[in-house]
Amino acid sequence: MSAKAAPSKIDVSAKRDDDAVKLPIFMDNHSTSAVDLRVVHAMLPFFTQHYGNAASRNHSFGWTAEAAVENARAQVATLLGGDAKEIVWTSGATESNNLAIKGAASFLKKQGNHIITVETEHKSVIDACKRLQREGFEVTYLRPAKDGLVTPEQIVAAMTDKTTVVSIMVANNEIGVIQPIEAIGAAIKARNPKCLFHTDAVQAFGKIPFDVEKAKVDLASITAHKLYGPKGIGALWVRRRPRVRIDPLIDGGGHERGMRSGTLPVPMIVGFGKAAEVARQEMEVEAAGLRSLRDRLHKGITARLTETYVNGSMEHRLPGNLNISFAFVEGESLLMALKDVAVSSGSACTSASLEPSYVLRALGVGDELAHTSIRFGLGRFNTEAEVDYVIELVTRSVERLRTLSPLWEMHQEGIDINSIQWTPH
Amino acid sequence: MAYSEKVIDHYENPRNVGTFKTEQDVSTDEVGMGLVGAPACGDVMRLEIRVKDGLIADARFKTFGCGSAIASSSLATEMIKGMTLDQAAQIKNTHIVEELNLPPVKIHCSVLAEDAIKAAIEDYKKKHAK
Repeated sequence: MSAKAAPSKIDVSAKRDDDAVKLPIFMDNHSTSAVDLRVVHAMLPFFTQHYGNAASRNHSFGWTAEAAVENARAQVATLLGGDAKEIVWTSGATESNNLAIKGAASFLKKQGNHIITVETEHKSVIDACKRLQREGFEVTYLRPAKDGLVTPEQIVAAMTDKTTVVSIMVANNEIGVIQPIEAIGAAIKARNPKCLFHTDAVQAFGKIPFDVEKAKVDLASITAHKLYGPKGIGALWVRRRPRVRIDPLIDGGGHERGMRSGTLPVPMIVGFGKAAEVARQEMEVEAAGLRSLRDRLHKGITARLTETYVNGSMEHRLPGNLNISFAFVEGESLLMALKDVAVSSGSACTSASLEPSYVLRALGVGDELAHTSIRFGLGRFNTEAEVDYVIELVTRSVERLRTLSPLWEMHQEGIDINSIQWTPH
Repeated sequence: MAYSEKVIDHYENPRNVGTFKTEQDVSTDEVGMGLVGAPACGDVMRLEIRVKDGLIADARFKTFGCGSAIASSSLATEMIKGMTLDQAAQIKNTHIVEELNLPPVKIHCSVLAEDAIKAAIEDYKKKHAK
């Protein structure tokens, strides 16, 4: 088996000869996912046979493309509990979040200039809000509790008569924590029915039940590539009843009801539709399987290692997510040992900024623990054998790195590392 | 990020790991210890030197940090062995950067290693100041 290619000095392949673990292992499904072959097959005819422009109204190439786009619109909308006419295609989640927040804030600027969001939102929400601040809007960034959750009361308390947009994600991309989105939607609308509620549903879409009607949202951002669809296609769901209006970011031919001009990438849209259809049929079973794999990973690691800390609520969490800190072992050094396993870390060393994860900081996780965090993102194609391989590799690597760690030694000797006069650099 | 072969070698086979505290033949008189960095910044290095007849006879380290930080401190222990305190104090982080082919974002790891050497020398000198 290819598992013979030892991932580092630590050879865990010997035990695993009977399991078909193929390296490298992908466990970073919050960043992106492999495209499902069923999706690829659905897309292929739209490259070389049905390559018409969906906006061409006077020949069969255009009609075929348009029909495929409309079919995909329905497939995607159904998974959200919305109507096909409410889907606006975009290039992905970053554009959807920008369009929703900037587009809504701009359209409603005569009604008010206040936006509410949460510190742990995706950068494309945070940075869109920061842009609006520079343009004169006021933004409240709510701090979640230690478990990553915000409460409806907290949001309502921050609302003023000037609040036009509230943006709260369904599930977080780093810690997988799921917000009480239906209670939040109900509370916002009870306080002010005219205040728009946007949600970044990217990580939740097709992974856990999410329904735009139940959550009373007005705008919802989604993307294909986290759901085993292609990269480069996303959507913004925009409520029609009552009609929600936003200013476009991209002007042009008036495609997508004027909210997003540009020729539609038909093959990608078809792929997105297929991915949504597959997810709708398989979500329930898949989620149960992922939860069981995730729990196996969690239990496997914690049974053998002490001083590990799960970041964020374990109860309100995406089935495939495990974000865990391995105290006294810096995250990037652990990633180096896991070089045949794709995961990510909240360590500063993995980012350009040299600062640890802002999401973990918002939770009040100390910087020293944030530097030791690893995010595992399990997905459709992970297997039990892969999980077992990763448990073994992580355990041995953490043990080895702890023998190198002066902090681990101090901890073993009962020295409180907070009592030492450190020299920040 | 791609690591250089030398970084990987030091990371996988770190040299001189440990502490003289637990080595019975070493008297505390002979040892100087430098502890630099901060857990909140994501790297802490502890470097110890054992001085005999004015020369650094041996060295030990432990590091909490990324692979480049581990490699920088491992390399530092190798470099200073056999040097006088003055020679070791002359080691610049740029020597470590060159030797390990560190990329710009990892230069702070080499700076920390230089600081650790200096701190260990200082500690030794302070003990013997009288």
